[in-house]
Amino acid sequence: MSISEANAGAKKFNTASTLKAEDRRERLTFLGLSMPAVLAILIVVFLPIFWLSSLSFYNAAGELSTENYARIFESALYRRTFVVTFQISIAVTVICILLGYPLCYLLTKVKDRTAAILMIFVLVPFWTSVLVRTYAWLVLLQRNGIINSSLMSLGIIEEPLQLAHNLTGSIIGMVHIMLPFLILPLYATMRNIDTDLVRAAVGLGSSPRGAFWRVFFPMSLPGLFAGIVLVFILSLGFFVTPALLGGGRVQMLAQRIESTITIYSNWGAASALGVVLLLLALVMIWLMNRVFGLDKLFMR
Amino acid sequence: MEQVGQRKIDGLWLTVVGIAVLFFLILPTLIVIPMSFSGASFLEFPPTSFSFRWYAAYFTSPEWMSATKTSLIAAVMTTAIATPLGSLCAYGLHCSAPRIRNIAQIFVIMPIVVPVILIAVGVFSLYAKLGLNYTLTGIVIAHTALALPFVIVTVMSGLQNYDFDQELAARSLGASRAYALWTITVPQVKFSIQTGAFLAFITSLDEVVISMLVSGGDNATITRRMFNSLRDQLDPTIAAISTCLIFVSISALVIISIFNRNQKNKDQL
Repeated sequence: MSISEANAGAKKFNTASTLKAEDRRERLTFLGLSMPAVLAILIVVFLPIFWLSSLSFYNAAGELSTENYARIFESALYRRTFVVTFQISIAVTVICILLGYPLCYLLTKVKDRTAAILMIFVLVPFWTSVLVRTYAWLVLLQRNGIINSSLMSLGIIEEPLQLAHNLTGSIIGMVHIMLPFLILPLYATMRNIDTDLVRAAVGLGSSPRGAFWRVFFPMSLPGLFAGIVLVFILSLGFFVTPALLGGGRVQMLAQRIESTITIYSNWGAASALGVVLLLLALVMIWLMNRVFGLDKLFMR
Repeated sequence: MEQVGQRKIDGLWLTVVGIAVLFFLILPTLIVIPMSFSGASFLEFPPTSFSFRWYAAYFTSPEWMSATKTSLIAAVMTTAIATPLGSLCAYGLHCSAPRIRNIAQIFVIMPIVVPVILIAVGVFSLYAKLGLNYTLTGIVIAHTALALPFVIVTVMSGLQNYDFDQELAARSLGASRAYALWTITVPQVKFSIQTGAFLAFITSLDEVVISMLVSGGDNATITRRMFNSLRDQLDPTIAAISTCLIFVSISALVIISIFNRNQKNKDQL
């Protein structure tokens, strides 16, 4: 290569416009690297859901109508499904808060090493299949299961309680599945709270309880809120545990959608229910994004 | 003085409630393990006799074995596809403009937050048109989309802790973009990629709702068979299968935490 050729090359790379073009091409290449994954999610998640949503606007005769939505509000069966779904989701969320908050607070009080060991008790169930845990509860809660037999031998109850195949069983099982989803974001937030602030409040004359409620608790709220939203979204659309532990007596939204399709093949009605569930979930996700910031999921 | 007493009582309450919650979480998870070694022909706890009969029943049943094979192949293929696609996506998003990245981040975690029953029903109807229901390909495609967010999230958080100037330095010394990525960046975020791969594997192996609709026939997954079996009766064979699944999950968790510890030790050096 002669000197003049090299100079020409350098010139080519140094002009502002070529640099800019280079930069743009580079960014496009990066975006291109993301495309296969984005495409997979688009095809599996977004495309079918859009198609399903469009189905909800056609009636059985194949004409455009809002019949399917009208039926959701008119039919007592569907109304009941929504009421039950909300009742269960709210009950599960409240119980998770009552159980999860004290545990997380305890974890911030013990030594780091102890907390890490105790977290195994949270992570092992979190990573264990939902089906396995639901099965365990089916066995524990059955008529002659360990809970009934020990309560009876202690003389607390005379007759075995009906714990599985009903609302009680569904709620117990769901709380067990959902609890880690509340604990993980809440504990992550609590761990970053500067406990010197609480000590300072006590040093300045606050009672320990006052310091907790006025200093520590408000600072833990973002994590608590993230956990609540996560548990509530997942509960609204939950299928496996209520389907098995509810024993057919409890019909939540997800089960109603599934049975409307697999038993009645009524795609219009099922997709209208699906659209309502999706909208509920999206509102929750939006709320969570506003308060907690979904991008926080991407930090360590 | 009164305050100190109050504090002690509060602390005691906290400890009691906290420990009770920990037991509530762990005991039902592990209870199937002793049950799976029971010699009785019905489910009992605590078991009164010891045997491997339910493991024998599991490992000699052609239906359960075929379902296990389907699930394992699907999980391995999902991992093999989702890990490179997710890692590339994370790298691409990490390097792109913040505005695009923020939108894309919300987009890619949708498979986790959208109710899975909707994805299942949607995929089922799409596959009906494409003839993909009851095929391994169909299961793998759906599971890949479900596993991608886990890979993307873990690899992106790994990239955040990585000093990107190292790659720029390599390139200014003459390495091509791809070569710098492969020899400088990938080894340093290896831990995140491995963690993502394990998460993808477990996600596919434990997935129930999509498998329930989309898999079937010769290609039924183990979770589909377990779900259907549990709807009818409490078969103790499922305790043996559950124990195997718990073993896989815990192994994955242990391996991830060992990686994590090694990584932390390295960071400290």
